[in-house]
Amino acid sequence: MDGMPILSLVTFLPLVGVLVVLFINDETEAAKRNIRMVALLTTIFTFLVSLMIWVGFDNSNPGFQFVEEAEWLGGGLTYRMGVDGISMLFVILTTFLMPFCILAGWESVTKRLKAYMIAFLILETLMIGVFTALDIVLFYVFFEAGLIPMFIIIGVWGGARRVYASFKFFLYTLLGSVLMLIAIMAMYWEAGTTSIPALLEYDFSPEMQFWLWLAFFASFAVKMPMWPVHTWLPDAHVEAPTAGSVILAGVLLKLGGYGLIRFSLSMFPVASADLAWLVFALSCIAIIYTSLVAMMQEDMKKLIAYSSVAHMGFVTMGIFAANEQGLQGAIFQMLSHGLVSGALFICVGVVYDRMHTREIAAYGGLVHNMPKYALMFMLFTMANVGLPGTSGFVGEFLTLMGMFRANTWFAFFATSGVILSACYALWLYRRVIFGALEKESLKALLDLSGREKAMLYPLAALTVFFGVYPAPVFDVISASVDALVTNYEAANEAAKAAMDVALNAK
Amino acid sequence: MYHAIVFLPLLGAIVAGFGGRAIGAKASEYITSGFMVIAAILSWVAFLTVAMAHDDHSATVQVMRWIQVGSLDVNWAFRIDTLTAVMLVVVNTVSTLVHIYSIGYMHHDPHRPRFFAYLSLFTFAMLMLVTSDNLVQMFFGWEGVGLASYLLIGFWYKKPSANSAAMKAFIVNRVGDFGFALGIFGVFVLFGSVNFDTIFANAATYLPAEGAEASTDTVLTFLGYSLDKSHALTVVCLLLFMGAMGKSAQFLLHTWLPDAMEGPTPVSALIHAATMVTAGVFLVARMSPIFELSQTALTVVVIIGATTAFFAATVGLVQNDIKRVIAYSTCSQLGYMFVALGIGAYGAAVFHLFTHAFFKALLFLGAGSVIHAVSDEQDMRRMGGLRKLIPTTYWMMIIGTVALTGVGIPGTLIGTAGFFSKDAIIESAFVAQNSAAGYAFVMLVVAALFTSFYSWRLIFMTFHGKPRATADVMHHVHDSPPVMLVPLFILAVGAILAGVVFHGYFFGHHYDEFWKGALFTLPDNNIVDEFHNVPFLVKWSATIVMLLGLLGAWYMYIRSPQTPASLAAQHNGLYKFLLNKWYFDELYDFLFVRPAKRLGSFLWKRGDGWLIDGFGPNNIAARVSGLAQRAVKVQTGFLYHYAFAMLIGVAALVTWIMLGGIH
Repeated sequence: MDGMPILSLVTFLPLVGVLVVLFINDETEAAKRNIRMVALLTTIFTFLVSLMIWVGFDNSNPGFQFVEEAEWLGGGLTYRMGVDGISMLFVILTTFLMPFCILAGWESVTKRLKAYMIAFLILETLMIGVFTALDIVLFYVFFEAGLIPMFIIIGVWGGARRVYASFKFFLYTLLGSVLMLIAIMAMYWEAGTTSIPALLEYDFSPEMQFWLWLAFFASFAVKMPMWPVHTWLPDAHVEAPTAGSVILAGVLLKLGGYGLIRFSLSMFPVASADLAWLVFALSCIAIIYTSLVAMMQEDMKKLIAYSSVAHMGFVTMGIFAANEQGLQGAIFQMLSHGLVSGALFICVGVVYDRMHTREIAAYGGLVHNMPKYALMFMLFTMANVGLPGTSGFVGEFLTLMGMFRANTWFAFFATSGVILSACYALWLYRRVIFGALEKESLKALLDLSGREKAMLYPLAALTVFFGVYPAPVFDVISASVDALVTNYEAANEAAKAAMDVALNAK
Repeated sequence: MYHAIVFLPLLGAIVAGFGGRAIGAKASEYITSGFMVIAAILSWVAFLTVAMAHDDHSATVQVMRWIQVGSLDVNWAFRIDTLTAVMLVVVNTVSTLVHIYSIGYMHHDPHRPRFFAYLSLFTFAMLMLVTSDNLVQMFFGWEGVGLASYLLIGFWYKKPSANSAAMKAFIVNRVGDFGFALGIFGVFVLFGSVNFDTIFANAATYLPAEGAEASTDTVLTFLGYSLDKSHALTVVCLLLFMGAMGKSAQFLLHTWLPDAMEGPTPVSALIHAATMVTAGVFLVARMSPIFELSQTALTVVVIIGATTAFFAATVGLVQNDIKRVIAYSTCSQLGYMFVALGIGAYGAAVFHLFTHAFFKALLFLGAGSVIHAVSDEQDMRRMGGLRKLIPTTYWMMIIGTVALTGVGIPGTLIGTAGFFSKDAIIESAFVAQNSAAGYAFVMLVVAALFTSFYSWRLIFMTFHGKPRATADVMHHVHDSPPVMLVPLFILAVGAILAGVVFHGYFFGHHYDEFWKGALFTLPDNNIVDEFHNVPFLVKWSATIVMLLGLLGAWYMYIRSPQTPASLAAQHNGLYKFLLNKWYFDELYDFLFVRPAKRLGSFLWKRGDGWLIDGFGPNNIAARVSGLAQRAVKVQTGFLYHYAFAMLIGVAALVTWIMLGGIH
């Protein structure tokens, strides 16, 4: 397999699907079916190819693998791709979730189907690109361009308040991306390179790190999202179609977390250590605040969206705890949240497709006529509250352990999230699934269809599998994370030593 | 063998849960029960080979990798020692009997496969808990039994009260788990591992020997306090104990247990009496090597345990729901066990856990048999006079009651199970060194008086006197089928004999050869030898109060049945206070539930809506567009603005770099 540019292949494979779709006329039913099939097959094929990355991946190598380099735009820039233990599984997560997204819009999307599928396929390329890019300009292009299909998905196929929602999304991200662009220029100015591996080696002065860190943080915090720049997320989720929510919660939120690890923590270790308290405080506020808010929601999707913010709080906390448990836990939590929150949004989509309302009060007693659905919903609810034996537990437990090692105060507050998450998740479940089936409108609802089973069962199996046997994931990420932690500590030691020398000199 | 013991119930749960529809209810019942019978027999084999044998057969059985991150190394593994073996016997025996009993009890229910799947799932989780080799796997079992309990309390999901009770159980337990999780983190920081072997090995030498200079180095900073080794240990123990309090329904975290009686009665017998609620006791017993090092933590355990024993007994005095009386009784008896743990009599605690499982399961299943007979009525005010109609159940309940109240003759070997185990705790409390032991002794004796009173009150109200049920109900009263009675017989044998047969092993002459170090005690802890040497009156105290309670109940419910009502009227305030369970539910609702909801709404509407959105995006939107009408136009155009801005940015960057930039 040597020499085959597998990363580029995976990244751009979805565009082949786009080309094919472009040539299909979407006027007849048969043609629409073809469009769906092409999109589905493209994403499945991409997933299968991406598995080759995992197969060929060397777990013991902490550095970048499958590296590709090429001249780009007349030699001024380099096209550079590669993955390490931190980014590789995000690529797999993306390619894995895409077929589910296509399936989620299988029946519910009829309007401008062709454009819909094209938007998703382009989005896939751009998201994979974010995780595989090893050049900061390339990264920026993928990172920002990825938002455009997402705007379109929300803005065109969204709900009633879609324009407001995507506008809000836009305002927040614009602020972040402008600051990041400036920071990227400053880094190039200082280091003279845009290559990520080179930048990882480069020592920025503590002062410079401080400003760069803030600029990057502004962008990534919006993406995560962290409190208090999280309010775009509930609106975006509520208005987005099911597939949009799945990809938003499953992958787009992880871009921020990935960025925080790859750039903030790795390139600006001294600033990260100095400003960790800020991240911890915001994370704890996010966990408690958004859990309380989630409890009071009347809209199912909003509730899950708020719970996503709380879960991302565990991630940011784990990252800046900057020890093995915190970081590996954070990565695991992101991967697990990708599966679980994606599945939860599909669960909401299942009943939304039948009833066309997301209001919790409109449901109740679904267990009577939808037992399979009730089981699936229960499993993902339990994964969401971090029940041991599901993947949700492993990440949450490790991030909290990492946090406890770094600071017990924040760990104390963050751990209270386990109580609050049980409150909102079980209350939601009780109102939707349990109780007597009294509402006339609900009595005729059918249990999961074959397509819905095909979406939920694999996700359920993986949620349990990684809860019981997460070792394959940790095997992949541990070498890179160990190297990162070592570098982080060394950099902070050096900075401290330099500081002491400066103080003694005075 | 251990794989079979633990995983057979899981297999049963999977078969009944997923295949229940295909194979039918009968097959589900037989398969799950059959697997349980095998597991139970193997458990007794394990008990005989590990606990009763002279040689040390304790072992660790590796199953699979779980979480390896940095220095954290957690595997799925079984730790087999005497403590595990005892728990295996308790869990699997009671679970098997409850499975069989349920075949009769649930035979009208349309969802039997689901019920049996949950029961077996519970058993599996409980087995993972008691066989665990490390704290994290224990936490898995811990939360797993919580899930099963949640599912079973809410089994009749049409009832809103059942759903609320299920949620309450899960959430209150999560409060305890919050402490447990922090405790696990603390242990990891202190000992560098969550595996019992490593923890115990390090604990032995963790604190300096007597007389040696104590190190004052900070080993843990918890919530701003810099703690040296001994204080850190205390904090960790207290955090772990918080988990135990939640699971074992101790004072302050007890509110979920009475409500949990909403579940089917076999569930109450298995989960909320015999096994799950004793997990907290098991946890402290298992962690005895570190609890033993912290007198402060042990004192807290004693105080909470004694308070619970007393508090729950007082509430039990006036309850009218037959299951709630037994539930408060369970709560109270768990308090006894914690007192025993706290004073260092770990053997007595586990012994009481062991005997309690038999007689409390017997009482619950007997109560189920009563409820079954009187057409699902649970209020004792509408029972009475059932003795002649359901004699077998009556006698089983009598056996359960004499076992619970501890009937026996002190100084001899004549006595029921509770006589041996409970009196051992009361006597140990008298001789114990712990600073709270005196308080505990008084509380336990008073609680024993109340225990006897409410237990006999239950018997008299249910079986004696004139029937208070409608003629229609009385007409249908019938004794239960054999499939329900046989489990009662087996438990009755245990309730009578478990004490006299095993007391020498758990907490007597054979202590050391039985436990083989599975319970750790400091060298100066000689409570096993000392508790026999108590004054005559102390030895008889439990028996005397037991008789007083019986006499009181007899007087008030047989001799002069109008007394309770007039007493309640005279002391209305106290009566209401007890009837409303010391108003804990109301207090918590006021302190936590409502403020949390109000805060949630406030943060949502004012925090997100008014503050963040109001000054953030909405404000900008208003400024950009100026007028509301123009907003639409701007908003539809923003996408192009964004794409344009980004392109300009990238173009500028690329141009700059291509032109050579600064280099």
